[in-house]
Amino acid sequence: MTNKIRVATTSLAGCFGCHMSFLDIDERILELAEVVVFDRSPITDIEHCSTDCDIGLIEGGVCNSENVHTLREFRKSCKILVAVGACAINGGLPAMRNFIPLEECLNEAYINGIGVENAQIPNDPELPLLLDKVRPIHEVVKVDYFLPGCPPSADVFWKFLTDLIAGREPSLPYELVHYD
Amino acid sequence: MQTFIEDLITKNNYQATHLLAVLRAVQAQYHHIPKAAIEQIAKLLLIPRTQIIGVIEFYSFFHLTPRGQYELLISDSITDHMLGKHEMTAYIEQKLNVKLGEVRTDGLVSFDNTSCTGLCDQGPAALINGYALPHLTPAKIDQMADLINQQLPVSAWPKVLFDVKDNVIKSSLLLAHCIQPGEALHTAFKRGLKETLKEIDMSGLRGRGGAGFKTATKWQYCSEEKTDEHIVVCNADEGEPGTFKDRVLLNAYAHHVFEGMTLCAAIIGAKKGFLYLRGEYLHLYDQLNAILADRHKLGLLGQHILGADVDVDFDIEICLGAGAYICGEESALIESLEGKMGVPRNRPPYPVTQGYLGKPTVVNNVETFMAAAKIAVNGGEWFAAMGTEKSKGTKILSICGDCDNPGIYEVTFGASIQSILDDCGAKDVLGIQIGGPSGTFISNTELARKIAFEDLATGGSFIIFNNTRNILDIVNNFTHFFAHESCGFCTPCRVGTSLLKNQLDKIVNGHGSAGDVVALEELCQLVKTQSHCGLGQTAANPILTTLERYPELYQAQLKKISYEPGFDLDAALETARRLANRDDAAAHLTQVEEG
Amino acid sequence: MAKTIMIDGLSIPFEEGQTIMQAATDAGVYIPHLCHHPEFSPHGSCKLCTVKVNGRNCSACTFPAMEGQEVINNAKDLNADRQKITQMLFVEGNHFCPSCEKTGNCQLQAVAYHLNMLDDHFPLFYQHREVDASHADLLIDHNRCIFCTLCVRASHEHDGKEVFAISGRGINKHLIVNSESGLLKDTDVSAKDKAAHICPTGAILIKHTAYQVPIGERIYDHQQIDQVSLNSEQVDHDK
Ligand SMILES: Cc1cc2nc3c(=O)[nH]c(=O)nc-3n(C[C@H](O)[C@H](O)[C@H](O)COP(=O)(O)O)c2cc1C
Ligand code: SF4
Ligand code: SF4
Ligand code: SF4
Ligand code: FES
Ligand code: FES
Repeated sequence: MTNKIRVATTSLAGCFGCHMSFLDIDERILELAEVVVFDRSPITDIEHCSTDCDIGLIEGGVCNSENVHTLREFRKSCKILVAVGACAINGGLPAMRNFIPLEECLNEAYINGIGVENAQIPNDPELPLLLDKVRPIHEVVKVDYFLPGCPPSADVFWKFLTDLIAGREPSLPYELVHYD
Repeated sequence: MQTFIEDLITKNNYQATHLLAVLRAVQAQYHHIPKAAIEQIAKLLLIPRTQIIGVIEFYSFFHLTPRGQYELLISDSITDHMLGKHEMTAYIEQKLNVKLGEVRTDGLVSFDNTSCTGLCDQGPAALINGYALPHLTPAKIDQMADLINQQLPVSAWPKVLFDVKDNVIKSSLLLAHCIQPGEALHTAFKRGLKETLKEIDMSGLRGRGGAGFKTATKWQYCSEEKTDEHIVVCNADEGEPGTFKDRVLLNAYAHHVFEGMTLCAAIIGAKKGFLYLRGEYLHLYDQLNAILADRHKLGLLGQHILGADVDVDFDIEICLGAGAYICGEESALIESLEGKMGVPRNRPPYPVTQGYLGKPTVVNNVETFMAAAKIAVNGGEWFAAMGTEKSKGTKILSICGDCDNPGIYEVTFGASIQSILDDCGAKDVLGIQIGGPSGTFISNTELARKIAFEDLATGGSFIIFNNTRNILDIVNNFTHFFAHESCGFCTPCRVGTSLLKNQLDKIVNGHGSAGDVVALEELCQLVKTQSHCGLGQTAANPILTTLERYPELYQAQLKKISYEPGFDLDAALETARRLANRDDAAAHLTQVEEG
Repeated sequence: MAKTIMIDGLSIPFEEGQTIMQAATDAGVYIPHLCHHPEFSPHGSCKLCTVKVNGRNCSACTFPAMEGQEVINNAKDLNADRQKITQMLFVEGNHFCPSCEKTGNCQLQAVAYHLNMLDDHFPLFYQHREVDASHADLLIDHNRCIFCTLCVRASHEHDGKEVFAISGRGINKHLIVNSESGLLKDTDVSAKDKAAHICPTGAILIKHTAYQVPIGERIYDHQQIDQVSLNSEQVDHDK
């Protein structure tokens, strides 16, 4: 058990599409389970990373303060950190809000929007604050590998992980490189 | 406005090549280029409005939105910084009640930065409606504030405000003895034009603009092109920060320069010549035109010059730039002369075969033409007797920065840096920027090196820094300069110079971490090797030449951590904090993880 | 005997007046490019086609082929630089491929795939750029323009119009259109113009044609840009 490779995953400002796609490796997950154990992940419901994870897979960009803390926890706990999917790599669709000032976004959502009742911008200290721009994760922490795609296909995950597990430098052939 | 523009276009003979001149006049009159003017000019010059908009948005001195009736631009070169640019900026902001980069609400004054104005020996300098204001002081700013409040036109301001000094300190071959107007042409006609080209060849004269191409060879190539429509262009764009010798040559030795151009015309068979004068030297425009008129009267320009056996007809037209360093690059300069954006052309073909309007064109620096005229009088031997094997004659330097006597020094090629520092009274030297930002930064351990094409080549810029100066400030100023001046044509320079600027800012501002200097150097190499023209190819030189000499300086800026974000994380929460009215601990982020 | 140049050790014939790019394309050798198109005069701005000619970097699309040239094209260092230049184009604009109609058929994206580009490498600029949807049949999304000037050249050289131009300096470069209002709808452009169809990216799009080709059947889904490009451009050149 202890020799298994410890993989943690999380979704920051993402749509869980990448996680869904990961699960699309279908029955190959059994093969994977023989060598891999999942740590903190939406799949396991473990809330914090163990300190000695081997691989951290991050879906989604950085849009708020909580994302920053989560990302830092992953960076600290994982030997290899991987940016998974368009949002983690360049902010993706959530980053399209970068061209509208944050103030306008919040006003539209909580004050002026159609059907808004009890207009007020939430100020509960429990809530994370939004960054003025959505950032790709490599602008906040050091990232070791990038798996492009929106989402990357199941084969991308498979190829990448099997390469790593086998001790090969991971590489993606032409058919697996996609930005959409 | 309609009649103003009609008159203007008539005065410019409906020539689309005169677009810059037309826009300069409109900008001077209306302090921007109004939309209606664009439409009218497009119709009258028969060019698409997009060409006009392109030109307006390309050159720093043209604007689509109104500037002040008094457009004040302060020189942002490192030498101006060293002479108190920041203090003067603050004083101007307070006195004139206008923020840098803005137009005062009453529309009377606008205030902004501009690239080096070529007054580095008498800074901090500024331009008011295009006219050079050397040596700003609080007293002068007070005076200007009064003049502006009285709304006195700049043409009626006291002349002392515009007193630009020549500061010629050391003279040799070129500067010591003046030749008489016509002397070089007389001698050349008497000796024979072919023989005179041989003298220039023998002199070993190489271009003084920076690249150092052999002048006689360039003239020879151009003359071999079979057409009778050759063109001579004098490059007086002098945009390299720290250079001002061409300004002095054109103020005090203009006859020599025009004589050299006419000589070139006679040799290559050109009928038309241009002096491309940088916009910053507007103050020289009228007097240069007066000299051209004199030369016409003397029979040194126009039809059948000097009544010589060979029939030489030649005219010179002065064209003003409008704030774009790239227009010093010869093919960009030619584009600009044609009334377009100053974007460097693809080569081949070179200007000597296809230049201005596709005609064979010689482009030379101001000093090159002057040297050619003197060689025509005194012979090639006279010139070649001085200098080194590959660098004959003398070089005129513009010396500025930390020294007792900044100004113009004509030194013999091969002169050591130390001897030059002694001449100008420089003490406690940290380093010298030779050849301007696009050249080389040398440290105080390299003072035995020499001014020569074989060692340290320079178009004339020589900026001295003493030990109180911060190298990273210098590099930062230069790197911002290139990002501002990149013409944007090619990807590596357009994007690369901005990336360089951001990456250097990150390091200088203390946000750099382990890999950041390596990333910076990689980017430098990419911009250097992949860019289209000399601007991009040298834009990384300030970083590369200092990184090579002071690697520890860069390393010391880096945090001892593996990674730090390039943007301010906590500041990125500011808007959200304000809107949610929060300031609790959870409403803040540290820049790097603690513990 | 025909004149030849050497590209990566292969002897390539050329005709006087051809560029290195033209000679290479005719001989079935792909040199990555974005601003080059065989039907229009060369521009030389994207710098993707940089090759080493006798040791010196030159743009293959503008540099004339000359007897005796030793050209290096498909080399590791050159391709690494090409990848960085492509990354520059991505961070300078705003390329969110998942929401772009051109995805799968985009040359910028295809070149990036071909160069095995997995990330943007540089910090993104996130520059604010507009969309001009004023025209009934065409749309300009400035977020995706790479200033290749193909639309400018196609309009001028093929359509006999002057619909497009590049304006501004340095990183502030931008595409403008030729109408008093500055809007595409007020220009004389038509969806039948060559210029409307030439854009290598998703910056100029024909309206109402989006996503008609299913994923899996788009141009670059299975074929790399080197093949696609040679297939079309070799033919183009011959006619
Ligand atoms: C970005 C750039 C700026 C330049 N600026 C100038 C200039 O201001 N004056 C000049 O004479 N040459 C300048 N040059 C060099 C010219 O392209 C050209 O080589 C020179 O004018 C030729 O004249 P010469 O042979 O007499 O030196 C510049 C080159 C580059 C790439
Ligand atoms: S190197 Fe810079 S200045 Fe030169 S063409 Fe390219 S973008 Fe323009
Ligand atoms: S233009 Fe091409 S690279 Fe840009 S977003 Fe669209 S598909 Fe992606
Ligand atoms: S709109 Fe398209 S074709 Fe035109 S310059 Fe931009 S990228 Fe090139
Ligand atoms: S969440 Fe996976 S690509 Fe956006
Ligand atoms: S294809 Fe040659 S520079 Fe763009």
